[in-house]
Amino acid sequence: MHEMSLAEGILQLVEETARRENARRVKTVVLEIGQLSAVEPAALEFCFAAVAAEGVARAARLVIVDVPGSGKCLACGLAQPMAALFGVCTACGSHRLQPTGGSEMRVREIEIE
Amino acid sequence: MCTVCGCGEGETKIEGADHAHQHVHADGTVHSHTHQYKHHHHEHGVGGDLDFGAGPARAHVPGMSQARTVQIEQDILAKNNAYASENRRYFDERGIFALNLVSGPGAGKTTLLVKTIAALKDKVAISVVEGDQQTSSDAERIRATGVAALQINTGKGCHLDGYMVGHALERLRPAEESLFLIENVGNLVCPAAFDLGEHHKVVILSVTEGEDKPLKYPDMFRAADVLLLNKCDLLPYLEFDADLAEANARRVNPDLTIFRVSASSGDGLAAWLSWIEAGLETQRGKRMETVDALKRRVAGLERKLAAN
Repeated sequence: MHEMSLAEGILQLVEETARRENARRVKTVVLEIGQLSAVEPAALEFCFAAVAAEGVARAARLVIVDVPGSGKCLACGLAQPMAALFGVCTACGSHRLQPTGGSEMRVREIEIE
Repeated sequence: MCTVCGCGEGETKIEGADHAHQHVHADGTVHSHTHQYKHHHHEHGVGGDLDFGAGPARAHVPGMSQARTVQIEQDILAKNNAYASENRRYFDERGIFALNLVSGPGAGKTTLLVKTIAALKDKVAISVVEGDQQTSSDAERIRATGVAALQINTGKGCHLDGYMVGHALERLRPAEESLFLIENVGNLVCPAAFDLGEHHKVVILSVTEGEDKPLKYPDMFRAADVLLLNKCDLLPYLEFDADLAEANARRVNPDLTIFRVSASSGDGLAAWLSWIEAGLETQRGKRMETVDALKRRVAGLERKLAAN
């Protein structure tokens, strides 16, 4: 359940920004969660609703933007999509695939009023 | 990837084939920019806090809701990573070599630590942080070896984080050029995401588990630099295929360093211990470089002063 810690991290960033911007409430929180990150979006939504219950973001809608996984073959160099942290190169069949994108867990923006 | 427009900056580089972005400003002007080789996202003299065009309607209409969007663009773990960097700086300035030991429950982390400490404690100062949800029994086992240990109970938490380890550093005050060992909470999932400031994560897999564990819990095997395949003295009695387990681990992490060991019989521990000693040596070297660089700076400043 490290989604709870992540939800707290998100809330911290959101509340800091909301305070700086003198927001009355946070309407939307947009996150980017990579396909290869260790995050379960449904669990994150649940945890965020729980930790945000009291503050300025209590009614905020969480929008999770999926970032597709991508990688590069260390054997032949081909860049390709990756659905998991490991895989087989579509060109040469090597297992030496190095993930290059899709591990992000970021707060992109918030909508406030 | 560019997180504003979703284009693959850094992945595809085609010379002369930059793509364009169009956007609307608060005053209604529409214009576009091409992507440069290293592109950036900019604001046109209007800070995000006064940009009325950033709302959902892309324009300001008096009387309408003043909803607006504020860019944050920050890593969710930014806070933890800042604490972790602080810890790493602490270690590096003092020439300390820090390891974060992770595994599922029961893989033999504590026994392995006890054996490692027994073999090294006459050569190097050692301090240990023990992470568990409850009890201090692990810290007591470590203290019985004669080195300093601090138990962190995470309560309902499932992992140690950079903040907790920072506090442990204040309490333990590890010696310069010493070995700092962190035994994380027994959990193959969450500790993978939390940097503690260690130099390497060491994952322990025991042969009484399954060969496919690296494929089932890839995040952890990906995050680790070293795999200790533990309880290898039991291999003759099990159907565990150690070669397959290693191959699976390398599928997830091609650069993994692997040692086959048995903490209880002591088999294979020599290679693991030499790896630690090499790490200690590297940290000492790095510290000497920093000390030497400082000495050179001081000497340079003194020369300047003398010349005046």
